[in-house]
Amino acid sequence: MKKTLEPLLEKHPFFAGLDQAYLEVLTGCASNLRFRSGEYLFREGDEAKQFFVIREGAVALEVFVPGAGAVTIQTVEEGDVVGWSWLFPPYRWHFSGRVASPLRVLALDGKCLRDKCEQDHDLGYELLKRFSGIMLDRLQATRVQLLDLYGTH
Amino acid sequence: MLGLQTTDFTATLQQNPMLPSLYRVQRVRWDTADTFSLELSPADDGIIPEFMPGQFNMLYIFGVGEIPVSISGDPAQSNLLVHTTRAVGTVSRAMSKLKVDDVLGVRGPFGTGWPVNDVHGKDVVIIAGGIGLAPLRPAMYHIMAKRENYGRVVLLYGARTARDVLYGKQLQQWRAHFDLDVYVTVDRGTDSWRGSVGLVTSLIGRAPFDPLNTAAMVCGPEVMMRFTTLGLEKRGVSAENIYVSLERNMKCGVGLCGHCQLGAAFICKDGPVFPYSRMKYLLSKWEV
Amino acid sequence: MSQQEDRTSYVIDRRDFQSLFDALTNKGYRLVGPTVRHGTVVYDQLTSVTDLPIGYQDQLERGSYRLQKLDHQQLFAYTLSPHSWKKFLYPPTLRLWQAQKYDGNFQFVPEQQAATPLALIGVRACELNAIAIQDRIFLGGDYPDPLYKAQREKLFIVAVNCGHAGNTCFCASMKTGPKADTGFDLGLTEVIQEEHHYFVVEAGSSAGADILSLLPHHPATDEEIEAAAQIVAQTTASMGRTLDTTDLKKFLYANYEHPHWDEIATRCLACGNCTMVCPTCFCSTVEDVTDLRGESAERWRKWDSCFTTDFSYIVGGSIRASVKSRYRQWMTHKLAAWIDQFGTSGCVGCGRCITWCPVGIDITQEVAAMRAEQQLAAEPEGTAGERP
Repeated sequence: MKKTLEPLLEKHPFFAGLDQAYLEVLTGCASNLRFRSGEYLFREGDEAKQFFVIREGAVALEVFVPGAGAVTIQTVEEGDVVGWSWLFPPYRWHFSGRVASPLRVLALDGKCLRDKCEQDHDLGYELLKRFSGIMLDRLQATRVQLLDLYGTH
Repeated sequence: MLGLQTTDFTATLQQNPMLPSLYRVQRVRWDTADTFSLELSPADDGIIPEFMPGQFNMLYIFGVGEIPVSISGDPAQSNLLVHTTRAVGTVSRAMSKLKVDDVLGVRGPFGTGWPVNDVHGKDVVIIAGGIGLAPLRPAMYHIMAKRENYGRVVLLYGARTARDVLYGKQLQQWRAHFDLDVYVTVDRGTDSWRGSVGLVTSLIGRAPFDPLNTAAMVCGPEVMMRFTTLGLEKRGVSAENIYVSLERNMKCGVGLCGHCQLGAAFICKDGPVFPYSRMKYLLSKWEV
Repeated sequence: MSQQEDRTSYVIDRRDFQSLFDALTNKGYRLVGPTVRHGTVVYDQLTSVTDLPIGYQDQLERGSYRLQKLDHQQLFAYTLSPHSWKKFLYPPTLRLWQAQKYDGNFQFVPEQQAATPLALIGVRACELNAIAIQDRIFLGGDYPDPLYKAQREKLFIVAVNCGHAGNTCFCASMKTGPKADTGFDLGLTEVIQEEHHYFVVEAGSSAGADILSLLPHHPATDEEIEAAAQIVAQTTASMGRTLDTTDLKKFLYANYEHPHWDEIATRCLACGNCTMVCPTCFCSTVEDVTDLRGESAERWRKWDSCFTTDFSYIVGGSIRASVKSRYRQWMTHKLAAWIDQFGTSGCVGCGRCITWCPVGIDITQEVAAMRAEQQLAAEPEGTAGERP
């Protein structure tokens, strides 16, 4: 079963160009999942055990604002990854992940990945480079959004 | 002996680029809570000058003043002149109070257009932020009318909230085309918005186009364009193949008043549409 | 204009100089030129040679102008007026049109304007160059300015070579003077040799030759020609300032972030004087006015200055909010961007911006200070200079 996931990992932009050996290692931590629209991939405050590689569909990252309800702060889609709370203690989700359209993801187990990265820092470095690139993109986008560019000023 | 010679050059002044023509409001359409479109026709039943997608007119409201506004209608439709603008300044607010049959002054069209005829055979990526969709809409009309001249066509549009999305019906119609990819994203996911939430730049990475054979046309607030051009370059589109539409203060529209300068460029006559490669250096400088 | 090699030098005696005024007046020209008002040489209407600033000499310094009456009879001993000729071709205020309301509609009423034949008396070489530069701006584009064009076609230009360089002058650096080479109808050099006061004259156009033919004149002797050449050579040698224009465009484009801009901003008042006295500055704004009943409206064009915050205002605020950015815009435009826009520097080295700056900011010194602090970098790409 798990052997068949390797080509799926390899196809995803997040893993583009990754060593074959590392792909095999990562495949050992991966599982293939599907969700229906409206389901929650994770909820704010829950333990962050995984991150998700989106193969198809979309996830809305939500935060609950009393009085305003669930506010979507970002949507992530096919080709994106979602979740980095598994990387750092206390391993808790900061937002909720609502499935916005039928979703196929590969879930990678956080504990499993952390152990593998501790054993092989080269793999750890490779993964962190990819994660920090995504974090940088999102941080920059967030900063621009904070400017409220399209407002009247 | 000759007396003081005088010349009556009324005729010359009638060709004066500073003298507006009268247009009559045929329809006022509110696109969002603060953004409206005027459909105009010449008050003397004359001909509307042809325009290139991306060009602008100077619109004059009696006794109030004049502002540059991009043309946002279909360049193939010759019986109506369409302008979309936002009621944010003295003149645009006065303009928003115009009613059907009111008249206003129009000078133009001025400036450069999107290179829709120079990019045949290429993929076209149109990226708009906020009201930046208005000057790009004529390019969309043109491209969709001559669809066979282009490769893949992608429209990426970012708005503030779902309520600020411009030309919603038009976007839905375009989205229904099989030969056009339309992505819309908003900065704030409020209300019943079920679409993408995030900066328009986040759409660049996954949009289907060949970066090595693409012309990108970008219009929006200057900061949005700076980040968008970075995103396009990161994806592999060269600066020469990216076009941006810039905004500066304008009084004359014909390169004489000096207000719209950015480096050596007069935005009104050398622009508003520029190859990004020509403006890249200046756009990273502050207060230029 | 005829070629220089066709030019023969003639001499008009000082005592016949009024005949030039008379001939031009008879041809229908209104004469404007230097005359003394309130301790200053200004350009205004002239009726006779006695209106000229006879015996006056100006002392031009950084932030300082003094006019003195000396014990001589020279007509053109002064160097420069704070006025420039642009006010005659490109008026400081001008109504562009009126609009009139009727039946809830309105209509435009084009302005009726008349261009009067004007003879400019005493145009300096730097000023001829300034007119040539404004010709490119107002006539060289797709939308020539109709008023400028009409007035420009009705000019008669009497150039007078400078016999004295001001301390703020640097036309020699800008290659715009002190000798008037082209762009005039008559070119004069005033010479006083002991008892002999005369003008060495060249005709620069057929209109100039026609006028000259009406005046008492005789071919200049070699000595007279040499005397005139000596005067110009002396002026060149006594130039008050220099500006190193080597690769200046490249240098300024590469130095938008030079620390010296901040230093200038501590002194600059952003008053815009430099732009008002500059003979090439061409920026204008428009003002819309209505009568109290709101029945008629007018649009006026007025000189504007890039030193105001309003100048760069767009929805959201002014692009150039800081004084630093405004001075930088003015100087970078004048000395660099202008070259890309019009194929010439925007500076003719007349030094008015130095003389009339209330705090004595000196464009030549600022460039020198920047150059001293910074090596020349390669011209950056994407400065909007290159055309696609």
